[in-house]
Amino acid sequence: MSTLKDYGSFETAWCPGCGNFSILKAVKQALVQCNLAPHDVLFVSGIGQAAKAPHYLHANVFNGLHGRSLPVATGAKLANPHLTVIAESGDGCNYGEGGNHFLAAIRRNIDITLLVHDNRVYGLTKGQASPTSPEGFVSKAQPDGNPSLPFNPVAVATVMQAGFVARGFAGEMAHLTDLICQAIAHKGFSLVDILQPCVSFNRLNTFSWYQEHCRKLENSYDPTNQRGALDVAMMDENRLPIGVIYRNKRPSFKEKAEGSSSERAFGLQPFNQALFEEVLAHYY
Amino acid sequence: MVKRNSSKTICIGGEAGQGLVTIGQLLCKALVRSGYHIVITQSYQSRIRGGHNDFFIRTSVDPVAAPSKTTDLLIALDQASISEHGHLMNRDGLVVLDAILDPETHHALKVPFKDLAGDGFLNIAALTIAGALLGLNESLIQKLISDTFHKKDKAILEENLLVFEKALKWVREAAPAFEGLPPASPKGPRRLMLNGNEAIALGAIAAGVRSGFFYPMTPATSIMLTFIKHARTMGIVFEQAEDEIAAVNMAIGASFCGAPSLVATSGGGFALMAEGISLAAMTETPLVIAVAQRPGPATGLPTRTEQGDLLFVLHSGHGEFPRAIFAPGDVEECFSLTQKAFEISEKSQGPAFVLTDQFLADSYRAVLPFDRIDTKPLQSVAHAPDTKTPYQRYALTPDGLSPRLYPGMSHHLVIADSDEHTEDGHITEDLSIRKKMVEKRLKKTALLLSERIPPSFTGDSHPHVLFICWGSAKGAVEEAAERLRTPSLRTATLHFSQVWPLAPDDFLPVIQSAGVVVSVEGNATGQFAGILQRETGLRLEKQITRYDGLPLTPSYILSAFEKIDEGH
Repeated sequence: MSTLKDYGSFETAWCPGCGNFSILKAVKQALVQCNLAPHDVLFVSGIGQAAKAPHYLHANVFNGLHGRSLPVATGAKLANPHLTVIAESGDGCNYGEGGNHFLAAIRRNIDITLLVHDNRVYGLTKGQASPTSPEGFVSKAQPDGNPSLPFNPVAVATVMQAGFVARGFAGEMAHLTDLICQAIAHKGFSLVDILQPCVSFNRLNTFSWYQEHCRKLENSYDPTNQRGALDVAMMDENRLPIGVIYRNKRPSFKEKAEGSSSERAFGLQPFNQALFEEVLAHYY
Repeated sequence: MVKRNSSKTICIGGEAGQGLVTIGQLLCKALVRSGYHIVITQSYQSRIRGGHNDFFIRTSVDPVAAPSKTTDLLIALDQASISEHGHLMNRDGLVVLDAILDPETHHALKVPFKDLAGDGFLNIAALTIAGALLGLNESLIQKLISDTFHKKDKAILEENLLVFEKALKWVREAAPAFEGLPPASPKGPRRLMLNGNEAIALGAIAAGVRSGFFYPMTPATSIMLTFIKHARTMGIVFEQAEDEIAAVNMAIGASFCGAPSLVATSGGGFALMAEGISLAAMTETPLVIAVAQRPGPATGLPTRTEQGDLLFVLHSGHGEFPRAIFAPGDVEECFSLTQKAFEISEKSQGPAFVLTDQFLADSYRAVLPFDRIDTKPLQSVAHAPDTKTPYQRYALTPDGLSPRLYPGMSHHLVIADSDEHTEDGHITEDLSIRKKMVEKRLKKTALLLSERIPPSFTGDSHPHVLFICWGSAKGAVEEAAERLRTPSLRTATLHFSQVWPLAPDDFLPVIQSAGVVVSVEGNATGQFAGILQRETGLRLEKQITRYDGLPLTPSYILSAFEKIDEGH
C-alpha cells in the first residue's frame, strides 16, 4: 500500500494562493487511492507554472520542453508499457504550443493520462492571453482585448471520441481526486481539464467566480452518449459542468498494435543474432 | 579500384509509374548474384506518375564506387529517355526501346514489347533482354524471377516465366551487336544488395535499437520503412508521428525509458527537430538522428542530392553541448557508422548524427554480409544494485558521465529536466551548480574524441595532388584521384567519415605533406573546408563544388580540376 508520505512534500516556486497547490494535493491523493508506488509512475511535463508540479512530488519525472509533454509521454509508454504515464502541464503548453500533439494523442488513444492545469492565462510569462482565455481578455499583449475565441478542450476531445474526457475544478479537491483516479484507471488516452484561478494574472476567473459557475454533473448523467456529452461540453460560461463528460471503450493504441507493440519491446531485450540473420536474408 | 573503361553503365529511363525501378532493382540483383559490383544512381522527380525518371547502374567485375556520366546500354521506356540521355551514349552503346518509339540516330534494338509482354509484364521482358545483352546467365535470371514472384499467385509467376521465355527467344533471334560484360565469378561469398538507407536501418537494428519515430520526408523515408519492415521480427516499437517535433520528442521519451531510438529525416524536417536535439543534450538522453540531405533552402529540390546541411547539423540546437557527426562514404559505412553512432550516443548520453544524402540513400551496392562484423548490441543499464538512495541522475563525476538508470526498472526514481538542474535532476537557479553542469556536459567531448574515427587516406604518400572530401563524395573522389595519377603525378584522397569532433593531429601532417590540396564537396560554399579552416587555421583555397542536385562523378571532378590547374 502506498501512502501520501511516499509522495513527499517540497518547497514550491508558486504564488501563495495558486490553484496549483490543491491540484498537486489531489494528484498525490489520487496516486495513493490508485495504490501506485512512486517508482511505477512517470510524470512528463512541459514548461509553465503547471509543468513544475512533478518536481514537487516523489516519482519518475521527465520535465521536457514547452508543448512537448505528450510526445515524450508517448515514446515512454511505448518503450515501457508497465509504467503509469501521466502528462501534466498547463493550457498554454497543451492547447497552444502542443495543440497538434493534443489532437494526435486523442486519435492515437495511447494509454496516457493528461492533466491540464487550465487557468486561462500565461502565468510564467506574466499574463498574456492563453488558448482558453475568453474573447476580449485584456492584457499587455492584447491591449484591445483578446480577439480570438477560446479553445474548448473538452468539446474538441468529445468530438474526436477521446476515451475519457473530464473537467475538474481545483476548488473541489475530493471530486478532482476521483476524476484523476478514474482517468489513470482508464485504458487509453484520458483528459482531465482542471479549472483553476491564477491569483496574479487572471482577475476575471477568480476562485469565487469558479465557485459560482462550476456545477457538478448529476449522478443520472450518461457520459457514454457522445451527442449528449457534446451538449454538456459546450454549455456556456454560466454553467460550467464538472465531472466525467464523455467516455467510451475504444481500443487503445496498444491493443490495436499488438505484436509490434508488445511487452518484449523494451530496451532490456537482448539482441537476437539469429533473428537478425533472418532479416539479412531478405537482401541476398 | 575500377579502371577507366572496364565498367559498363546501364540507364533505364521512363516516366514515373512505368516500372523502371523494378527493372533496375531486378537487374541489380541479377548482377550482384552473378558476381559483379554495382553503383546505382537514381534520379527522379517529385511526382508519382509521369515526368522523367532514370535509374543508372554502373557495373564492373572490379570494385566500383562512383557513378559514371556516360551510358553503354540505354533501356528507353519513353521518348524523353532518348532526348535526355542519347547524347551521353558511348560510341559502342545500344539503345533498347519499344518498337513504337523513335531511336533517332542511335544504334538501336527495337523491341515489340506489346507482343512479348502484353500489358502487365514489360518489366520482365526488359529485364530478360537487358540480362541477355549483358551476357548474364539465363537460368540465374529465371531463378531471380521465381524468387521474386513465388510468394504471389502461382498463375502470376507462370505468366512472368512465360514472358521471360518469349523475350529470351526473341532477343536470341534478334542478336543485336553489343559487347556484353566480361565474365564474373559468382563463386565468391554471397553478397547482399543494399542501398544506403537500408544499410542505415540495418545498422541501427544491429546496434540493438528498440524504437523508431519519424514523419515521412524524401529522401529519408525509406530508412524508416526498412526499419518498420523488420520491427516485428526484432521486437521493436515504432510510430509515425504527427510532425517532426513529435518524432524527436517521442524518441527522447523512449530512449529515456531504455529503448534506444532511431529518428530519420531530411533538412526541412530536421529544422523542426532542433529543439529536441538541445533537449537530448540537456537531459543527457541518447538520441541518434539520420539526416538524408537534399538540396535546400526550404523545400528545394526534394528528390535530388546535396551535401548542404553539414553546418546546419553541426550547429543545430540552442546552447552549447558536444555531439558526434558521422558521414558514411559508402553503403558499408552506412551500416557500420550507424552502429557506431548508437554506441557513442549511449556511451556519451547525448546526440549523435548520421549524415547521408539522396545519392547514397538510393544507391544500391553489393556488400559482403555483416555477420563478420562484431555486433555489440547496446548494454542495458537498468539494474544497478549498488546505486545509493536517492539516486542522482546527474551525479558529478570526473569524466562527466553519470550512472544511468531507467524509470520503472527499480525502486530508484529517475528525474530528468530540460531546465538547468541539480545532480538529482530538479530545476535549479543556483548559478554555481549551473557552471558545474555546463562543464560536466562539455567534458563528454573527451570521450567523443577518444572514440573518433580518423579520416582515411588512400593513394600515394607525399602526393602532388591531394583531394579532401567527406561523406558520399568518397567513391567519386577516390576514382578521380586514381584516374589523374600518372607515373610522374602522385595523387591521393583524404576522406572524412566522421566530420565532428575533429582531431587535427590525425590529418594535418598528411595535408602538409601534399603539393596541391583540393577540397571536393557537394555544396556551393565548401562547408567542410570552412570547418577545417576554423579548426586548424588551414585555408583550402582550391575547391571543387557541385550544387546542381546531381551527385559528384569522377568525370565532373576531373574536368573541374583541369580548370583549377589551368588557373594555377
